Amino acid sequence: MKIAVCVSHVPDTATKIKIDSSEKAIDQNGVTYIINPYDEFAVEEALKTKEKIGEDSEVVAISVGGDSSKETIKKALAMGVDRGILLKDENPRDSFGIAKALSEEIKAQGCELVFFGKQSVDFDNSITGQLTATMLDYGCVSVVVDFKLEGDKITAEREIEGGKEIVESKLPAVITAQKGLNEPRYASLKGIMAAKKKTIEEKPAASFENLTELVSLKKPAPKQPGRILGTDKSVVPELVKLLREEAKVI
Amino acid sequence: MANTILAILEQREGKLKKSSFEVTSTAAKLGKDLGLDVQTVVVGNEIDGLNEISKYGVSKISHLKNADLENYSPNAYTNGIADLAKEVSAEYLIFSNTALGKDLSPRVAVKLNAGCLVDCINLEAKDGSVVATRPIYAGKALMDVKPKSEVKVITLRTNVFPAEESQSPGEANIQVKNIDSPDLSTKVVEFKKSEGKLDVAEADIIVSGGRGLKAPENFKLVEDLADALGAAVGASRAAVDAGWRPHREQVGQTGKTVTPSLYIACGISGAIQHLAGMSSSKYIVAINKDKDAPIFGVADYGIAGDVFEVLPALTEEIKKLKS
Repeated sequence: MKIAVCVSHVPDTATKIKIDSSEKAIDQNGVTYIINPYDEFAVEEALKTKEKIGEDSEVVAISVGGDSSKETIKKALAMGVDRGILLKDENPRDSFGIAKALSEEIKAQGCELVFFGKQSVDFDNSITGQLTATMLDYGCVSVVVDFKLEGDKITAEREIEGGKEIVESKLPAVITAQKGLNEPRYASLKGIMAAKKKTIEEKPAASFENLTELVSLKKPAPKQPGRILGTDKSVVPELVKLLREEAKVI
Repeated sequence: MANTILAILEQREGKLKKSSFEVTSTAAKLGKDLGLDVQTVVVGNEIDGLNEISKYGVSKISHLKNADLENYSPNAYTNGIADLAKEVSAEYLIFSNTALGKDLSPRVAVKLNAGCLVDCINLEAKDGSVVATRPIYAGKALMDVKPKSEVKVITLRTNVFPAEESQSPGEANIQVKNIDSPDLSTKVVEFKKSEGKLDVAEADIIVSGGRGLKAPENFKLVEDLADALGAAVGASRAAVDAGWRPHREQVGQTGKTVTPSLYIACGISGAIQHLAGMSSSKYIVAINKDKDAPIFGVADYGIAGDVFEVLPALTEEIKKLKS
C-alpha cells in the first residue's frame, strides 16, 4: 500500500512574528523554519502503519511550497519516509489551493492512506486535510488521537469538546493527527545519512486560483499592562473584589 | 441568484450548543448589512427547543432529520447541508469553529466551491462583501482576508461574537426534512465523555497550572479553585510534556487557543507559545513567584507571590463569596 504524509514548512513556534512593510507577509529576518509540529505525529503514524503492514508498503512525503520546503521533506526522510515530492509554487496559496495540488498528486500516486497534521501552526486553518479528502472522495477523520487499521477498516478516536468521538471509516482515507496520537521518533544519525540518498522529486503544483484574498496582516493591539497587587495572600480579598466589581467576571 | 445567509446550528444529544446562538445572531446582523435572507439549518434526530432560534431574527429553520444522524456522520451532514445551500441559493454559510464546525465546514466548501474564512474574530460588511479578521500564528498576528468565490464559508471563533436577540423577531418557520438513506460510510459510533470535567475550549473561566506547581499532585490546588469557580482546568505545555496533565488541557500554540472571560494562570511563567494561546482572554490573573515573568505582561491583575500560599487563600475567598 502507498501511504502519503503531507508536510508543511512553518516558522518555529518560539519565533516572534513581525509584519513586513508590505503588510502582506511576515518579516523573514531571524525567522527559523521547522516541520509543522503536528506533521511529526503524522509522519510517525505513517511510519508505524508501514511497519505494521510490512514490505509491500511505501511512505511518500508531499509538500506544497517553495524551494525551502525541501528542508521539511528532508526531515521526514530522515525520520524514515521513503521518498519525497515537492509540488512547487513560490506564490502563497490558500488552503483550497494547497488541497487542490495535494489531491491531484495523491490521486496520481495512488495513495490509499494519507496523513496530515491537524493544522499548520502558521495560518492555523485546520482544514487542508478535510478539503483534500473531500476533493478525493476519501473517508476522513480529523484531530485523531488514536488510530487503528484492520484490513480496510479504520477505527479512530477524535478529540472534541468534552470528550472523544470513536469514528469508523474505510480506506481510502485521510487522517489528521493531533498531539497525543504517538511519540514521534527522533531522526537518528543513520536516518539522516540515509535521507541523503533518498529522492525528492520536484514538479509544479497543479495550477489554481485562490478563493480568498489576503487584505493585510497586522499585530494584535498590545494589551494594557496590568497591576501587580502584591506579593502574598494578603491581597487576595482585593483581587476578588476587583474581579467582581471592576472586571465583573465572577 | 444568491440571496441567503445560512447559519449552521450544532446539537449534541438533541440539545443546541451555545455557539449556535452566536452564529445565528451574527448571521442575522450580517444579513441586515448585506440585505440577505437569514436561515438556519441543523442536522440531527430529535432536537429540543429549536424555537428558541426564532428570537434571533431568522425566517426559516431547516431540520434535516434521521435517527442515524443524532451523532456526527461527516458525509451525510456534508451532503445534507450542501444540498440545502444550493436549494436556498445560499451565498454565505456560517459555522461555529467548534470541533464539528472545523471538520464539517471545509467538506461543505468543496461541494460548493466556496472559499473558507476560518476561525474569524470579526466580520465587516464592506462594499457588499465581507472582510474577516482572523488570528494566525496562534494569535501572534492577525490577518484581514476576503473571499473571491461566489459562495463563502465562514467559521466563527466561539465565545467572541455576542448572541443578541432580535428587536423584532418573527416566528420562524420550522421545516423538518427527512433524510433518506444517508451516507454513513464514515460515522461516529460512540461518544466518550471525559470524566465530568469542563473543557478548556468551552469554559467561561479557566484556571491553568504550570511548572511552578512543582509536582502533579499539587494540581489539586488548581482543581480546588476551578471547582469553587465552576471553571475548567488548563495546563501549560511544560506541565503536559512532563506528563502531569493530559494534552486536552494544554493551552497554547500546540494546544488550544482559548478566549474565556477569566483566565487564571498559576505558576506559569508565560512562554511565547502559551501567551499566544490565552492572551485574548477578556481578563487575565497571574500568580507567579517571579515578578519579572512574561505572564505579568499580559495579566490585568497579578500577585507576585507563592502559588502554594495564594491559591488556597483565593479558593477560600471565592467559596465565601459563593456561599
